[in-house]
Amino acid sequence: MTIQEIAFYIFSSVAIIASLMVVSARNPVHSVLFLIVVFFNAAGLFLLAGAEFLALILLIVYVGAVAVLFLFVVMMMDINFATIRQGFVRYFPFAGLVGLILLAEIIFAITSIPDVGGRATLGGVAHPIPDPQQVSNAHALGRILYTDYFYVFQLAGIVLLVAMIGAIVLTLRERPGSKHQNIGRQSYRSSSDTLQLIQDKPSGQGVHNG
Amino acid sequence: MDVLLKEYLPVVVFLGVAFAISCAAVIASLIAAWQKPDTEKLSSYECGFEPFDDARRPFDVRFYLVSILFIIFDLEVAFLFPWAISLADIGTFGFWSMMLFLAILTIGFIYEWKKGALEWE
Amino acid sequence: MFVSITTIIPEIWLLVAAVALLMLGVCYKGVNFSVMILGAFIALVIAVILQIIWFPKTQELAFHGMFITKSGIAVTKIVCMSAAAFCLWMSGAYFRLSATLARFELPVLIILAVLGMNLMLSANHLISFYVSIELQSLALYVLAAFYRDNLRSTEAGLKYFALGALSSGLLLYGSSLLYGFTGSASFTAISQYMAMQQELPVGVVVALVFMLCGMVFKISAVPFHMWTPDVYQGAPTPVTAFFTTAPKLASLTLLLRLIIELFPAIQESWKQIFWIVSVGSMMVGAFAGLRQQNIKRLLAYSSIGHIGYALISLVVGGTGAINSLLLYMVIYLIMSLGVFACILAVTIHPERPDTLTDLSGLAKTNPLIAFCMAILMLSMAGIPPLVGFWGKFYVFIAAVQQQYYILPIIGVLSSVVAAFYYLKVIKVMYFDDQLIQSSLKTSSQATLLAVISTITVIVLFIYPDLLINPLQQAAASLTLR
Repeated sequence: MTIQEIAFYIFSSVAIIASLMVVSARNPVHSVLFLIVVFFNAAGLFLLAGAEFLALILLIVYVGAVAVLFLFVVMMMDINFATIRQGFVRYFPFAGLVGLILLAEIIFAITSIPDVGGRATLGGVAHPIPDPQQVSNAHALGRILYTDYFYVFQLAGIVLLVAMIGAIVLTLRERPGSKHQNIGRQSYRSSSDTLQLIQDKPSGQGVHNG
Repeated sequence: MDVLLKEYLPVVVFLGVAFAISCAAVIASLIAAWQKPDTEKLSSYECGFEPFDDARRPFDVRFYLVSILFIIFDLEVAFLFPWAISLADIGTFGFWSMMLFLAILTIGFIYEWKKGALEWE
Repeated sequence: MFVSITTIIPEIWLLVAAVALLMLGVCYKGVNFSVMILGAFIALVIAVILQIIWFPKTQELAFHGMFITKSGIAVTKIVCMSAAAFCLWMSGAYFRLSATLARFELPVLIILAVLGMNLMLSANHLISFYVSIELQSLALYVLAAFYRDNLRSTEAGLKYFALGALSSGLLLYGSSLLYGFTGSASFTAISQYMAMQQELPVGVVVALVFMLCGMVFKISAVPFHMWTPDVYQGAPTPVTAFFTTAPKLASLTLLLRLIIELFPAIQESWKQIFWIVSVGSMMVGAFAGLRQQNIKRLLAYSSIGHIGYALISLVVGGTGAINSLLLYMVIYLIMSLGVFACILAVTIHPERPDTLTDLSGLAKTNPLIAFCMAILMLSMAGIPPLVGFWGKFYVFIAAVQQQYYILPIIGVLSSVVAAFYYLKVIKVMYFDDQLIQSSLKTSSQATLLAVISTITVIVLFIYPDLLINPLQQAAASLTLR
């Protein structure tokens, strides 16, 4: 067994165990933390497969941002976590059945993988993966993503735009009563607008404004 | 492939050392320190009085909004890395392709800004 | 350049229009909501005109074969865009009922959803297929939850999103299997591979099953229909009208393209699946609808049932059947738009009319709308002097011609059952006493659309060729690989 195989089995078994913990942990915050473990191990698996760019992006985007979002969502919900679990036993048989069917399908699919020679004749792989020693992963992606895959790249941009609009439409509320600092106005103010010099009168006469 | 993975050897060594040290810290404190727990010692400390209720309070939805807007721009930046590396190979078209992508997201950014989604109040 | 701009001009226009409307809305706070709705309506009409001007005569590819257009796709796009435009047209009055609803993002999101539909109709690559489906779905999730102060609407958005994400996951998993087994993500290359292979690996069938599960969810057919009643009930009424029309046709056409272009070799597998899906949808649509008291839930079950009838044609296969499928869907779109126009015409509150009893005595307070609604309900039931009859008739005829007998029999029986609840609506409007004082104020735009739809339903019964002939060419091009 090579080191890579050992690493593969460590990453994949930890990923599976951690993902089981995600669904079974009592505290949802723990679930999110286990999810982060799953992301780390998935990144390790990507790395073993030679996709270092994807592995690191997975860490940056999923661990760095998505997991934080999940934590916020978990924190945002004001729910009793005991009541969520009530249906668990009732739905378990059905859910287990669905899981078994999916497992059976995946096993069917895996056992029927044809020899690679059969596919290679098609020449369908438009962009064979370049040798990682000559071309780095990110470089290889960059060569095709912005030109050959121009169309889907722009589509991804539009999807992000819709996500932005959607998030704001659904969550942003204007609070008319709230006071907040306007730094522009603050800097624009000059002393002459607000400060008044009042000529001091002899004592005993009082101060008259203006 | 092996060459690629060899580059990650320092990371593996680093992770190994980190794991060993953190395990050592936990185990050493289990072994070396005095452990006499009771219910009062284990309860959360809140300035001399009993905790009122659960520490978890619902967050304001604005945290969520800020983090989702962050993710979107995080993804945008993720697209920039390969582009920056391969700009020499993809030519003018590749350059303008990214500009169009950025333009679409800038529209979204203007929308956000004008809408006041970035202000905390 | 690698693309002639005219191939994709309506889509570019839609993007530009959406961005322009977004900027207009956000930069000029004082812009009237009606102006935004009108702007979006005009943008969609212009997109339809652009598509008609640059109608693809042959099959055209763009962007390294990721984008495809041909006459069948273009016709579907025109129908989808028109349906969306009509939805916008009749919805203005409804949205002005509440400040939460009258926000300028709404027309922008509808245009972006239509853009997603157009792009997914034109997908010719697994990646563009998936990303465009996501574009459309994301906009639809937000639209479902748009009335965010309302619990039902939020619930609808959340349910739609959670289940939609699951179905997208299935779709993506199926796509990845398909890519793994065929070695290419391009539809063209995959169909070449399928044609070359003597015996396909089982994995391709598994991929087919996963992708079909995902797509069947999108068209809300049994067994992936559970979300439909809740989402249709919770979403704002014009959004529900939009859901029952354009996305349905777009998803169904995409499903059609998917199985005809990618999986012709395993026809027997998907015919079995669609047989079950079709029978299940017809039955559920007919029987579950019987107990419904809520109008929008009723229409949700009706829409599940109608998808079941349309899927009969998919089981039968062949140009004739596909023609009847398109015909059925277009007729359904016209009727559905009409029914929702009737509801919107008498809407006085974002959540009224809600139950069937809210419509009671409508024949006295608003005889015109009651008459239109009655005609459209009869047409939905498929009763002869109306165009709904031709829709079912052609589907059944196509099935019988190909020696499929059980499906049409079940279809006829379930349409008899479904007729009960369509007739119940008429009974409530004409023979029940008015329970709730409804105001006489009606939306003139929605009324106009209801009348137009009713007239169309009658006229098309007399001249069905007006629809059949243009759809014939579209069906022929869609069945061509």
